[in-house]
Amino acid sequence: MISSLAAEKLACARGERRLFDGLSFTVKAGQALAVEGANGAGKTSLLRLLAGLLTPFAGRVVVRTAQGDSDDAETRARLVGWLGHLDGLKPQMTVREQLAFYAHLYGVAADDALLEQVNLARQADLPCRYLSAGQKRRLALARLLVSNRPLWLLDEPFAALDSAGQALVAQLMARHCGQGGIVIAATHDPLGLGNESLTL
Amino acid sequence: MSPFVTLLLRDLKLAARGGGSAALALAFFALVATLVPLGVGADLNLLARVAGGVLWVGAVLAALLSLDRLFQGDFEDGSLELIACSPLPLELAALAKILAHWLATGLALTLLSPLLALMFNLPGDATLMLFVSLLVGTPAVSAVGAIGASLTLSLKRGGLILPLIILPLLVPAVIFGAGAVSAVLDGIPGGGALGLLAAFSGASVLLSPFAAAACVRLNLSS
Amino acid sequence: MQFLFRYANPAQFMRLSDMLLPFLAAATLLAFAVGLYLGLTVPPDYQQGDSVRIMFLHVPAATAATTVYGAITICSILSLVWRHPLSDTAARAAAPFGALFTALGLVTGAIWGKPMWGTYWVWDARLTSFLLLLFIYFGYMALWNAIEDEVKAARAAAILALVGAVNIPIIKFSVDWWNTLHQGESIISGHLAPVFLAPLLVMMLAYLLLFATLWTVRIRTAILERRARSLMQGGI
Repeated sequence: MISSLAAEKLACARGERRLFDGLSFTVKAGQALAVEGANGAGKTSLLRLLAGLLTPFAGRVVVRTAQGDSDDAETRARLVGWLGHLDGLKPQMTVREQLAFYAHLYGVAADDALLEQVNLARQADLPCRYLSAGQKRRLALARLLVSNRPLWLLDEPFAALDSAGQALVAQLMARHCGQGGIVIAATHDPLGLGNESLTL
Repeated sequence: MSPFVTLLLRDLKLAARGGGSAALALAFFALVATLVPLGVGADLNLLARVAGGVLWVGAVLAALLSLDRLFQGDFEDGSLELIACSPLPLELAALAKILAHWLATGLALTLLSPLLALMFNLPGDATLMLFVSLLVGTPAVSAVGAIGASLTLSLKRGGLILPLIILPLLVPAVIFGAGAVSAVLDGIPGGGALGLLAAFSGASVLLSPFAAAACVRLNLSS
Repeated sequence: MQFLFRYANPAQFMRLSDMLLPFLAAATLLAFAVGLYLGLTVPPDYQQGDSVRIMFLHVPAATAATTVYGAITICSILSLVWRHPLSDTAARAAAPFGALFTALGLVTGAIWGKPMWGTYWVWDARLTSFLLLLFIYFGYMALWNAIEDEVKAARAAAILALVGAVNIPIIKFSVDWWNTLHQGESIISGHLAPVFLAPLLVMMLAYLLLFATLWTVRIRTAILERRARSLMQGGI
């Protein structure tokens, strides 16, 4: 469980170019933050930074949990539920196998019932190579759900989804916040969560 | 199922389903074993003398074939960043992948080696030593190869640089492995060479996950 | 550490090297002059005759090649652990010299070996280790060139250099072991007559000074190139 995430004077550089500087914000449990900005503004970099994959040029990120405050990237990474541009799916593995892999990797029990929630129950034994883009995204959502992590970092969560899929994403995000999680999403579309927004 | 075993089994599953790169390595190994006599002549005494070295070099080159994909696939489809966020430390993830690579490639090559030794007229005791030396030494190839694979991750033509980087580092394995076989051929016990090989292999397997994980982090952060 | 970080600033390095470079260059020329004079006037070896003089070119090249790798290793550690900014540039600049010295060592070694062995190459343990060192240098330089992102390339190259540093003694050990197994030849047998020591040491110093001079020049060039590039980028 995470009670808050605070970014303090974050600066990030890509090669020689400074993407953002002196960025500070706080997100508390149950809140959502939308990160907006033009393409190339650094939305993905910010998310990767928050996920502990990227080291900031300056500044730090502090998460407050029941164990106390921590600005360590490795600790933070263990709290992150990541949904990036790439789906992390192997074409040769079936939907069920793929979900089970990530469940066990994240140290939780596999739960096929999640496939119901994302409307992929019928495709459970289909190799991922036969999934459409929208279906792959929904499997990625199932993976996000199974990992049971409090801090959701979502990069363009509505991309490649039809309106039913997008409604599903919105519903899942709302439920996650309702359960005390944090959602930070890079998006061009409104999240519809009564959330704060940050423009890069 | 622990995260380590989960990753190991997944990689093995992918190797089994993945378009047969293990079979490719075996075929390459056999081809090298066929080409050399074609190149140096079929003098059976000569072939027996060079068998240890030729088959060791052939095994190393064959194991090399699939190394550049070790991390590349997971990097390209986004699995690697998910693995980085998992409770499994990247060092252990690297070790799991090294182990999977060895089981799918090095071990397979080792199992094929007695058959190829036959083609080289290698006597029984030397063949046994060849088998044992490959069994002990091929983990080093996977381990050192993992360092090369992580360094050349995300390079488009990384496959060309990888052998250049890791072949010099694998010289001790080839020397000790082939040396053990030569020793047996000469009637001296090969235990010393085998011991040195085991030490080299053990050290490689223990230490290379750290280097490989550092390089993977480097690539994830850009 | 503070001492080193003072010179981490490229501008400081430029000022320091501005002062030192003439002295380094002069010292290099002097050392070579003295070394070559001594090398050519020392009496010939009773076994090898005049061909022993090649040793004064070969052995210092060999020690210079390994010294350069040592320098690259230190720069790599500074880069990875303390993020010393100039060390990446320095490591990259040093590598071609290491490769050249290694190649020079191989060529002079082969020339030296011909009168003794009858052929240019007999897989002598030292020369074989040297050949592998040359490949290691090639791999290091290739990695620098292959990765486009300069920061990433610097980190990766530093890791590779350290992996190499750990492995090189092991490789050397294994090649020596291999050589005894196959009863190989060796160029340098036994110890050196004391009369040979002086020219040898002077030549070693000369090679190291040559490296120091050329390395400084190369680092300066790299710094200037980077300045020129950022000026051009800024001016758009």
